[in-house]
Amino acid sequence: MEKRVVFKHKFLPYLLVAPQIIITLVFFIWPASQALYQSFLQEDPFGLSSKFVALQNFKMIFTDEIYLRSIKVTLIFSFSVAAIAMCVALLLAAMADRAIKGATTYKTLIIWPYAVAPVVAAVLWYFLFNPTVGMVAFYLKTLGIHWNHTLNGTQAMILVIIAAAWREISYNFLFFLAGLQAIPKSFIEAAAIDGASPAKRFWTIVFPLLSPTAFFLIVMNIVYAFFETFGVIHAITEGGPNEATNIMVYKVYHDGFLSLDLGGSAAQSVILMIVVISLTVVQFRYIERRVHY
Amino acid sequence: MMKVGKWIMVMSFLVAVLFPATVLAEKITINWWHAHGGRLGEKVNAIADGFNHLQNKYELVATYKGSYPDTMTAGIAAFRSKNPPHILQVFEVGTASMMAARGAIKPVYEVMAESGLPFDPNAFLPTVTSYYTTPDGRMLSMPFNSSTPVLYYNKDAFRKAGLDPNKPPKTWPEVAECAKKLVAAGYPGGFSTAWISWIHIENFSAWHNVPIGTKANGFEGMDTEFIYNSPLHVKHIQQLADWQKNNIFVYGGRRNLGNAKFSSEEVAMYTESSAGYAGFKKTCKFDFGTSMLPYWPDAPGAPQNTIIGGASLWVMAGHPAEEYKGVATFFTYLSSPAVQADWHQFTGYLPITTDAYLLTKGQGFYVENPDMETALKQMTLNKPTENSKGLRFGNYVQVRDINYGELEAIFAGKKTAKEGLDDAVAAGNKLLRRFEEANK
Repeated sequence: MEKRVVFKHKFLPYLLVAPQIIITLVFFIWPASQALYQSFLQEDPFGLSSKFVALQNFKMIFTDEIYLRSIKVTLIFSFSVAAIAMCVALLLAAMADRAIKGATTYKTLIIWPYAVAPVVAAVLWYFLFNPTVGMVAFYLKTLGIHWNHTLNGTQAMILVIIAAAWREISYNFLFFLAGLQAIPKSFIEAAAIDGASPAKRFWTIVFPLLSPTAFFLIVMNIVYAFFETFGVIHAITEGGPNEATNIMVYKVYHDGFLSLDLGGSAAQSVILMIVVISLTVVQFRYIERRVHY
Repeated sequence: MMKVGKWIMVMSFLVAVLFPATVLAEKITINWWHAHGGRLGEKVNAIADGFNHLQNKYELVATYKGSYPDTMTAGIAAFRSKNPPHILQVFEVGTASMMAARGAIKPVYEVMAESGLPFDPNAFLPTVTSYYTTPDGRMLSMPFNSSTPVLYYNKDAFRKAGLDPNKPPKTWPEVAECAKKLVAAGYPGGFSTAWISWIHIENFSAWHNVPIGTKANGFEGMDTEFIYNSPLHVKHIQQLADWQKNNIFVYGGRRNLGNAKFSSEEVAMYTESSAGYAGFKKTCKFDFGTSMLPYWPDAPGAPQNTIIGGASLWVMAGHPAEEYKGVATFFTYLSSPAVQADWHQFTGYLPITTDAYLLTKGQGFYVENPDMETALKQMTLNKPTENSKGLRFGNYVQVRDINYGELEAIFAGKKTAKEGLDDAVAAGNKLLRRFEEANK
């Protein structure tokens, strides 16, 4: 017999979902619609004259070489950050899962960086690699590597990737470790008895069972790399040198708040919104199919 | 009990609502939003306190709103929500945006004329105010903190390299000669710079009396175009790039991030704002001096005079006349010689009136601090021309960033100076057209 619970209350369900709906409306739908509206206007910063220009703002940014470069930079940056942060975290988590002595200390130390605010983390990296006074820059010089991220775009990119990924490793580590510990030991033991090597056990048992966690983290990391790395870029390179680290979200801020080009900035944020929505759709439609829950 | 409770309620109501109301009715509040934190912020508060103690008609409230862009954005947002401050501090590159916003601002000359207070535009230092006046000489905003770039040089290093510490280089070829000797004496680099766009493009142009853009550097119309890719500009920037090979020149990064290169003795010469003097005095553990910006001796117009950087005070529209009178009263106080001289001596920013300069001189301040007069001498070297009055370009914040980017490409060897400056000018002109379009 089928068991059915019927809620007789008509308004209670609406009341219960209302907070979530209101939050979404106020903090997402409303600002997003404002951005969409603004992206069709050309306006002076004070709002004294405002003109409907249809898609001209979009046309302008897509013919702007700096913007096209920014897209490329964003892709390189975001995927590198997500890939590095996840790979390193998985490795550390696999190690922590095995460690017996000092496991708590080890875990605490790895989780620590997450407590550091992104801008503070960025400033730490900035000082380590500062071409004039930085420790790391100094040692690199003794190795014969001339480190100057204020002029060398590749070095600047490497630096912001490290700084952005460093912090995210802790977050990923937490989830991977929890995921690893949720895998029943008996599976692995059974495989071991059957003679599977540690590598084989990892790739055929642990990794597939970890895939829901990994999938979740891919989504989170991409979103992180796209949006929350703003502070890192702002504190270390400000998008330079020569636009080498000018990621899309930084450019939105820069053009909107510093340059006061509201229409152009709004158009960019609309594009960014579309990119992230489509990325998430792709992830849920195609990657999720390969995930075993 | 009940009665006492009621009585307390009534009294607190009276105190909370009526009392401050009567106080406010006596004094008219003038809001001033500024961008000075730290020690400078305390000085700004001291100026406000000084004004408030001097008279009891107006209450000036100075509020720190963050960095220059933050303050400007806050002011704009306040205007859009119809609650702007009376006085807003805006950095010099925001000048064109403020000027174009005719309905949002009230020009200073208008505020002063309506107040009936005595106001003589000729009392101000022309090179400071010209940046903020119309082509026919009417003052749009009140200059507040202004500085100009000068050459800092490490006297101890000069001694070590066998150079005369009292004879800093005057021209760029001399800078190169000094730099070679400094590098030979073991210094990692010769010279570096802060604010490269401001110093090596904008001030470079004024100092050599060549235009940055057409239409009198934008003063005479929004249909101006950049022309800082002239042979002289290309020569200078290419020379900087070439000088990197033997470390005569070292690029120090954006804004004034390179300051550590000078204070840590990585380079012994450095071009930076005159307002950086106090900072270097604190961080440098060696004897240093300042001198005027170097120039190219074969350029016919050099040396002309340099232009300023810093910020000015804009009066926002939409307040009643009696409050504008308060603003005018404060501006009169602010530009008085005593206040200006004190501000100049404390901060290293330039005084805005000739009287304040003369007062400081009369007090013997420059005898003890000769390095703080360099900027003034350089600013007042010649009567400003069309090319050295300042600049007025829309979207200039973005243009500076374009310049940073292109200069970085040039210094990294990805482009020649000609290619880089041509690209910067082309991209900058696009932004000028966009600004023109948005402010029609």
